[in-house]
Parts: sequence; C-alpha cells; structure tokens
Amino acid sequence: MKSISGAEAVIRCLIKENVDVLFGYPGGAIMPVYDELYKFQDKVHHILTRHEQGATHAAQGYARSSGKVGVAIATSGPGATNLVTGIADAQIDSTPMVCITGQVASSLLGSDAFQETDIIGISTPVTKWNYQITKASEISEIFAKAFYIAKSGRPGPVLIDITKDAQFELIESFEYKKCKNIRSYFSVPETDPESLKNAAELINKAKKPFIVWGQGVILGNAESEFIKFIEKTGIPAAWTILGLSAVPTEHPLNVGMVGMHGNYGPNVLTNECDLLIAVGMRFDDRVTGNLNSYAKQAKIIHFEIDPAEVNKNVIADVAVLGNVKDTLNDILKFLDKNNHKDWIAKFGKFYDIEFDKVIDREYNKKSGGLSMAEVIKSINDNTNGESILVTDVGQHQMVACRYTKFNQSKSNITSGGLGTMGFALPAAFGAKIGDPNREVIAVIGDGGFQMTIQELGAIFQSKAAVKIVILNNNFLGMVRQWQQLFFDKRYASTEMINPDFVAIAKGYFIEAKKVEKREKLNDEIKKMIQHKGPYLLEVIIEKEDNVFPMIPSGSSVSDVRLE
Amino acid sequence: MNKTKFTISIYTENNVGLLNRISAIFLKRHINIRSITSSESEISNIYRFIIVVKVDNEKIVKLVKQIEKQIEVIAAFYHTDEETIFLETALYKVKSKSLFNERQIQNIIKDSRANIVTVKPEYFVIEKTGWREETEDLYNKLKKYGLLQFVRSGRISVSKKSMEITKFLKSNKNV
Repeated sequence: MKSISGAEAVIRCLIKENVDVLFGYPGGAIMPVYDELYKFQDKVHHILTRHEQGATHAAQGYARSSGKVGVAIATSGPGATNLVTGIADAQIDSTPMVCITGQVASSLLGSDAFQETDIIGISTPVTKWNYQITKASEISEIFAKAFYIAKSGRPGPVLIDITKDAQFELIESFEYKKCKNIRSYFSVPETDPESLKNAAELINKAKKPFIVWGQGVILGNAESEFIKFIEKTGIPAAWTILGLSAVPTEHPLNVGMVGMHGNYGPNVLTNECDLLIAVGMRFDDRVTGNLNSYAKQAKIIHFEIDPAEVNKNVIADVAVLGNVKDTLNDILKFLDKNNHKDWIAKFGKFYDIEFDKVIDREYNKKSGGLSMAEVIKSINDNTNGESILVTDVGQHQMVACRYTKFNQSKSNITSGGLGTMGFALPAAFGAKIGDPNREVIAVIGDGGFQMTIQELGAIFQSKAAVKIVILNNNFLGMVRQWQQLFFDKRYASTEMINPDFVAIAKGYFIEAKKVEKREKLNDEIKKMIQHKGPYLLEVIIEKEDNVFPMIPSGSSVSDVRLE
Repeated sequence: MNKTKFTISIYTENNVGLLNRISAIFLKRHINIRSITSSESEISNIYRFIIVVKVDNEKIVKLVKQIEKQIEVIAAFYHTDEETIFLETALYKVKSKSLFNERQIQNIIKDSRANIVTVKPEYFVIEKTGWREETEDLYNKLKKYGLLQFVRSGRISVSKKSMEITKFLKSNKNV
C-alpha cells in the first residue's frame, strides 16, 4: 500500500538528520511540505522569518553557533531567488547549510508557470551541490547526500529543489540510509607524510615564524590541536576575521588580526617573518593586500583541506593537505619545543605604537562623540568574553571584531567573504536558537540594520532573546570613509536620514532604548544584558569616525596606515 | 603572459546540470571555451568532457582544481597538444551541380582524403576528420564553389600517457 507522501518523506529525512529547527517561509509550491511540518511540529520546529533571505542568514547563524547544518526552506520563484544572497554568503564562508525549495509540478517545468524559476541554474555557481527532485522515490537518497555534502570536507551550502508533484506523490515505504561516501567526491584529501616532515623541518629551523589561522580551525573542531601546536612551537599567531575566537583573546601567543583593518604588528611583520604558516585560511585579498608584496621574503606552509585553495593566491613551499584537526595533531611529534621571545616582543612594540595612535584614543575615549570602540569596551566589561558576537558589514564590524574579547570558540559570527549587509539581525537570532544558553549580541550599523529590519518580527514571534546594539552614525560609514580618503569627501548617497529605531522596535513589542551620552552608556549596556527577552539599544556615535589601522586596497600589508 | 592551448579531460557522473556547473567555472573567470564535447568514456556510466581553452600555465592549474572540486566530477586532467592525440570532424554540404561541373572538386576531395558521405540529386556531403588546419584548408578550398552548409565538431582527444581513472576511483578511501 502506498502510504507515505514525498512531503512526509522530506520531514522524515530531516528527523533522521537530527534537524530539530528550520527557518523558512511558506508558499504555493512548498505547501505539501509545510502541511507535514504542521503534523510533525513536536519534532521539527519551524521558525517563520519575514523574508527568505532572513531564513538563510538565520540558518547560517544557527550553523555557526551550533556546529550543525543549518536548514532553510522556501517556495519556488521569488521564494527561491530570495535565498540566493544567503547561499552565496554560505558558499564563500564555508557554512554548512541545506536549502529546500518548492518547484512547480514537473509537467510544468520550462513552461514559465506561475512562480517558476530555474533555481538550479541560478544557484549552481554558489552552491557546493544542488539537485532537482522530480520523483518521491529520490527523496531519501538525495537528502542523505545533501547533508553529507554540506557538512563534510570543506562545508558549504546545498540546495534541493522539489517539484510539487514529487511532494504529493505516494511511495510505499520510507527508508533512510545516511550517506557516508560518494565515489566522485573526495571530502578530505590525503595527507602526504612527507609534507608533515618538510613542514616540521621549516618550522623547527625558522627564526621568525608567524602563523595566520582562519576558520578552518573552527570548522575542523581543531581548537585544542591548534593551541597545542602554537604553545609547543611558541610561534605568534594572528587570525583572519573568520578565524576569530578559535583562540582566547588573552592567550599570550594571540597577536591579533591580519588584513585591511587588522592590527599593526601582524600586518607589518608579515613582511618580516622568515616563515609564514597559514592554517585553514585562503589568503583572501582583504587579508593579503597586494600579493606582489605579500610575505615575499618568507617561506610559506599552507595547512588546508581544499586542494583548490593551495597555490591559488600565494604559492606554498609546503602544502599540508587534510583536516587541520589531524594534520596539526600529526605534526606535533616532529616539532621542537621552542619559544621566540625576541620575535614576539616585536609584536608587542608594534602593539604599543598602535595603542598610542589608535586603540587608546578609541577604546578609552573620554570626550567628544561616542566611539564604536568604547561601546564594545562596555560590552566586554559586562559580558566577560562569554557572549557570541554577531556583526553585520562595515565599520562597526571591523571595530567589533578588533576589540571584542572572547574566551571560547564559535563566538564570532559575521559575513566575511561576501560582505553581506543585512546579515547580522537574522544570523543573530539563528545563533541564539543554535546555542540558547549563551548570550548573543548583535552589533549592527544603521545601514545594514535596515536591510533586514523586518526580522524584528521573527525575533518577536520566536522570542529569541537577542541583544541588538545599533551603532548609529547616520552614515553608511565604511563607504563614507572611502569617500573621504579616496574620493575627496564626495559623500555620494552615504548620508542616511534614519527612522526612530526605538519606536520601530517597540512596534514589534521589543524592549528598546536609545543612548547618546558617555556617562549613560555602561548602565544602558548593563540593562540590556540583564534583560531577559530580546532588546534593542541604539547608540548614537560620532558621525565621521574612521576605522584605523587601514591597508588601502591594492597596497602592501606593510604599508598599513595608522591615521 | 603567454597563453597555451590546453585540452581538459573531465571524468564525471552522468547528471542533469553538470554541464552548467562546469561551464560556470569558465564563465566566472571570463574564459572563452573554444570547443566542448561530451560522451561516454571507457568506463561504463562515467562520462567524459573534452574542453579546449587557451589560457596561461598558471591559470590552467587553478581551473582544473576548481573543476575537480565539483562533487560529481571524478577527476580532471589537462594536456598540451603535444601530449594528446586529437581530431575534429567537419561536414561540408555542396551543391551536386558543382561536383559534376567543376572537375577540380573531385581532385580536392581526393587530395584532402575526405570522404563523400552521401550524394543526392541536389547536394552531396563531404566528411573530413583531422586537425583544425586540415579541415580549415578544405573549407577554404571548397568555399569558392559555394558551401550550402559547413559544421565542425569540437575536439576529441586521448592522452598519450594514461590517466588512470579507475585507479583514481579506487584510491578514494571514502568509498
């Protein structure tokens, strides 16, 4: 007897993959699945976002805080196309995500039916894998593959498009076998034992070695292996924005951030080290500046899971392929215990210069308009490095990532590679749902906040206790900074006449407050942290502050400017 | 930088949309595909794309890695012309009148070692398989007698050295 519909099979697949929450928005072509979600609501909790883009970012936030696969679901046509920004974001930032879209009935494919769009064609360049299901019998196998592909190797987004007739179609029974391999897919490349020895030799004889780590450490759950690695070798280590929080801020070998708005020492000394060890990072242009003058004097070791990243931007003298959790562990026995006191002291000297010229003035500001950094300081003082920071894109993102203190991993969630404004608000409530016991603080600029402002509705309805800090300078601050520095202050379309954010939050029944004065700031931050439910704090900050240090695009990392 | 002509051989599963996924890799990098063919390979159920591009030596390595990274691509290889044996096939449709009126045409066909595929009262079709220079040469020679239609296939090629695709499949320890 045929008794199980394709739609029910979809839900059963999700249950088999331990999916207990998904983010989405219903519509015509996905209604059979939603009907089953209604029946299975005690097992799979659906969170209704206010726009499909919000569903993808929430799924990303969920994945990044929980380490699990995030799931987003939408209907065909506009529902599906609205997912694309989040999918592209997940692809470039290696976030495990499965997106499910409804599709018009298979008999109508290609007929320009109502809400038909070729989402497979559209999503192909921005997915790790995608597939269109037209028969209910395919569902089990394809879902098993999708979850395996999304989370294995270098993670990424997968999209499954299901025609409406496949959702209605009845099948006899439901069987589910978890996917453990695909013959054409090498999730983790083999490690050449020679590469470990060669890397160890370079590390042992280096006088001025320097580590730059990225998100690979977090995605590989390799934090403790990485810390053992740096502690045994005594090598100073700096992070890319996505690697942030893998090592506690206060760790003596954590020397700060590299890249366009990274710390002074790590950037300058990139061009002074004799060995650069890249761990789970991909030499993005925002990290390297001009490649022609990036660490040319140094030997390069690249620990990497994705062979396509090796020698893509920077040629490695030794490439160590594999999951860093394994390779960092395996190399340990070849490494000499070492310390690099004098070399590390150099980072300290550069820090002192940066402290005098930038950090002290921003972080410990005493007069004039509020700085973004002192808002972060107040958050640090009230959370002791225990909260999850979710940031949007722009000046506030750079400042928050530079100054927030972290004690534990998976605590920094931001849109790095794609630079998606509007990411933070939905990602923050996804993160809160992914790790409900932790405080989640979203720091967002006034521009990006308005790109997904409607998700206040999802926060209110889902009761996710997200703390939202809007750093409001009434400008698209980063673009304005570039206009000031590189376009003779022609502020084309960057000034914003903003609405009353507090009133808007209150309209969604979210507690909200606005603060403008330095002496009130800490009390208001404290109040926000202590509040049980979601809370929005709008902070009016100095209108035309710039983020420094800065490597102007196309310049060398050692030409980092402090003012 | 100096650009070289490369033949990329891609072994894949046979799935809808894979052509799109592979061609997107070229599109993203603004690289023009000079020719593309796809067919079954020596292994049952495994398909093979042959793509010809002209790029610099550094780019070809990156391109092939990106192709190989796709889930349903089993392996991808690249070769220079010297490392492969390659051919293209061209078809030429000419008015039958010319075959009988222009004696020269028969000599051209004979000299170029082309074959006559079919002869109809109105037209005849010539087939020539060989290198690009040869099919082009024949094209130029026949053109003056009036070509009704001309078409040339993409390159097909086999590598001189073995690509050991079966070994590749077996080496996947996940299987």
